[in-house]
Amino acid sequence: MEYKATKQGYADALRELGRENENILVMDADVAKATLTEQFEAEFPDRFFNCGVQEQNMLSAAAGLALEGFIPFASTFGVFATCRAGDQMRSSIAYPKLNVKIGVTHCGISVGGDGASHQSNEDIGMARTLPNMTVIVPGDYEESRLATHAAAKMKGPVYLRFGRDKYPVVSEIHGSFEIGKAKTIREGSDLTIITTGILVNEGLLAAAVLSEQGYSVRVVHMHTIKPIDTDAILKAARETKGIVTAEEHSILGGLGEAVAAIVSENHPCPVQRVGVMDTFGESGQSQELLDIYGLRAPNIVEKALKILR
Amino acid sequence: MIDKEKHEFLKTKANDIRREIVAMVHRANSGHVGGSLGAADIVTALYYHVMRHDPDKPEWDDRDRFILSKGHCTPVIYAALADCGYFPKEDLLEFRRPGSHLQGHPYQPKTPGIDASTGTLGIGISTGVGMALGAKLKKQEHYYYILCGDGEIQEGQVWEAAAFANKYKLNNVIGFVDRNYLQTDGYSEKVMPMDPLAPKWESFGWKVFTIDGHDFEDIISTIEKAKKEDRPVMIIANTTKGKGVSFMEGEAEWHGKPPAKEHFDKAMLELK
Repeated sequence: MEYKATKQGYADALRELGRENENILVMDADVAKATLTEQFEAEFPDRFFNCGVQEQNMLSAAAGLALEGFIPFASTFGVFATCRAGDQMRSSIAYPKLNVKIGVTHCGISVGGDGASHQSNEDIGMARTLPNMTVIVPGDYEESRLATHAAAKMKGPVYLRFGRDKYPVVSEIHGSFEIGKAKTIREGSDLTIITTGILVNEGLLAAAVLSEQGYSVRVVHMHTIKPIDTDAILKAARETKGIVTAEEHSILGGLGEAVAAIVSENHPCPVQRVGVMDTFGESGQSQELLDIYGLRAPNIVEKALKILR
Repeated sequence: MIDKEKHEFLKTKANDIRREIVAMVHRANSGHVGGSLGAADIVTALYYHVMRHDPDKPEWDDRDRFILSKGHCTPVIYAALADCGYFPKEDLLEFRRPGSHLQGHPYQPKTPGIDASTGTLGIGISTGVGMALGAKLKKQEHYYYILCGDGEIQEGQVWEAAAFANKYKLNNVIGFVDRNYLQTDGYSEKVMPMDPLAPKWESFGWKVFTIDGHDFEDIISTIEKAKKEDRPVMIIANTTKGKGVSFMEGEAEWHGKPPAKEHFDKAMLELK
């Protein structure tokens, strides 16, 4: 299996966008080497602004640049954009609905060695509760690249979420990308697994395991958490016995709760959530943390069997 | 330099604006009267003499911008914008009412003439320096006037913005600190001391002027000097909170207390 960084998809798209449109600007807060926005800086030094370690000013200043007609991509780690600069995301960007793209990396437990202070497991929840905010969580390198292009094309605030590590390349989600439109990447009639972000590969692996046990499992990849694809969720609720959600995020506030809310209000069916339990993470290797915190295919299978049996 | 006639004109305008401020907050029974009255002379000097702007073209790209970073003082900017003709004066009757475009704090998408949304303290100056950087990228020559409260500058974000403006040599930024020494909880130097203030801004690379924020000559001539600087400028404007209404002057309680009928009548008599 090929592994590639989702943040590299972001960085590659930024350079492609930079060549197409001179209104594309990139900002960073002293983590340009880690977010990979330094690659944009190398090609477009005059359109790159390192704000230093000041996420709050960066996001409000990005709002100012949007007011002047530019399309700023403000980049930092997920935890700093949402938890440190949550007010600026809300008051400077979301409320006036400005054309700012917040591209964050180092999200989820797979940050690894830096530990809980840097592991953003709450950011989807924070971002999706903001009115006007579009929230996109791509599944692999290529989808990250496509999502960044799509974010640049739409007018309005977008939260783009990437990881730090290299993750599996999942060809099933390549090709087209439409904000708000989920990708059904495997058909099935017994159960639906809905994934977001890098857990898409685990979702496919889980479906294969369940298939060996005689179950027909659908996999829906929900790259956009907001606006969420309600039709795809309700179709799953109607056509299969239940739904398992899988996300590299807290089970609170993210994909799982979003899906459960839609299902319970419109077409109740069992929903099981795979995600980080309501706990802080810890230091460790990226891939082993995904095991320890229960974000793997066997965890999805276990939840699925609770519904299927 | 302004002549006597201009001086009288500005004085009259500032008084009109003060009347609107008191009336607006009284009607809404909500809003910030003290800080608005204190900033009325600065806002009057800007909108009726200094700034290049056109009420018929609020989106004109070459206009000077004004950012009310102390966003709670909407009464002063709404009064000025309505009088200039950005929107009908009747709209002021709906200040802070549901459905009105005149929100408690400035909301740029809805109110003609409001250049940036503010409200949580500290974000206005950051948005302003971001806009100013945008103008530099577009090679435009207009100015960004940013009005900060002296309580507001206790926010760390203000100093992030100060460093940023210095880094990018934003000499199109002319800021004001409305130095009235009063904030919600009382005397600012007791709540959180910020003096000596001028050296703080100077050490961040800004040129600092200190003026009487109620003296039109001082305000206007200092802005002229500020425009000649090759770096961002902060004008520390000494003001009196509640200026123009004797019983509100220097009283912290009028920061966010709306005047009831009795106080309204008394204030309007003084502002004839």
